[in-house]
Amino acid sequence: MKPLHVKLSIALMLLASIVFVAADHIDAPAVQGGASDITDFYAFQGSNTDNIVFVANVQGLLSPGETSNASFDENILVEFNIDSDGDNVEDYVIQAIPRDGQMYFFGPTAPTSLGLNSMVDEQAMKGSVGITPYGTPAVVATQNGLSMFAGPRDDPFFFDFAQYSAILGGTATSFNDPGSDTFAGTNVMSIVVEVPKSLIGGSGTVNTWVESKRKQ
Amino acid sequence: MKLNQIKYLTLALFTAFLLVSCNDDDDMPDPVDFSGTYLQADQMGRPAVNTVFVSSGSKDQFNTTVPSQQNAAFQPMFESNLTALSPAYANPGDMNALGLDAATFSSVLATDVLNVSLDGKTTFYDGTNVLTGRALADDVITVELLLIFGGEDFSENPGLSDDHVDANDKMFLSTFPYLAAPW
Repeated sequence: MKPLHVKLSIALMLLASIVFVAADHIDAPAVQGGASDITDFYAFQGSNTDNIVFVANVQGLLSPGETSNASFDENILVEFNIDSDGDNVEDYVIQAIPRDGQMYFFGPTAPTSLGLNSMVDEQAMKGSVGITPYGTPAVVATQNGLSMFAGPRDDPFFFDFAQYSAILGGTATSFNDPGSDTFAGTNVMSIVVEVPKSLIGGSGTVNTWVESKRKQ
Repeated sequence: MKLNQIKYLTLALFTAFLLVSCNDDDDMPDPVDFSGTYLQADQMGRPAVNTVFVSSGSKDQFNTTVPSQQNAAFQPMFESNLTALSPAYANPGDMNALGLDAATFSSVLATDVLNVSLDGKTTFYDGTNVLTGRALADDVITVELLLIFGGEDFSENPGLSDDHVDANDKMFLSTFPYLAAPW
């Protein structure tokens, strides 16, 4: 028979694996919790309304202690996809990939290949920004019209995911009022890039999504 | 000079010449290696779509299906999971507040892209604008719960259509990079 603390820790691990699945945090077995696991994606108008801001968060649910040791993986390319003609096929991509403490940005540019395989489009390099170390002020860079950031941030997502899981699991029948933010006090690794609207079609509505891609 | 010294001097000069002539960008730092092919691991458009609507055995497949093919591959699964999850679509003709029935709503969701307006306010839903982007402060989960459980006028299943977590645990910044400093 296993000692009580082992049983408790197994139970806690099981509970954590059930509880911490939301937005896109730990959404699928092949990526869950790793450097390629996208937790969230945002796209919104910048404080300069001529610009759109794209945010990709990876590696969710980092405690402050875990955050101090977290880093981006040089084998993971993060790619923002923008469809400007309504067929849900990318017409522009913005690529971000880390090398030696810098996050490099490429595009917006027409993709050199569509779909699941990508190469870094080095001709389209726009600039780079130093990856902000944990516990220091945000390092930002603006080059060629792009503003760039990469580093740890508070997870902007909020949801009483524990209660949602209890409802799905049949141990509760409704949310609580007030609810409890399952993501309070946790961090993510963020990539933020602000680009002129003129570089991604200029006007109208675009369809956007973000991908993580691993070097083969 | 001895013959060997002449040979070595010539070799050294020649080598120096080669190094200089091959390095005509010598005021540039060492080139950074970005080579290789990168294969898709994860993808995301709207929040929580894969988590809520894709069955457990299909989540990796959903992450590696390009958006233009997602509707054909996943709409039936989305519709059956939506109707299993929510009593708000139990009767024929049931719709959500966007006027979408289960088939139409699941068709919209199965193509997992985030619509973004380049012409004005960007919000998941603010009472007026619908799906014109996703801002940091948008209560996207309550919007999705309302569209899943809330019925035609957001009044159905009130215990399920709002998680009563309405804001982030830190203030966002008004300027770049917008996200709050880490804990």
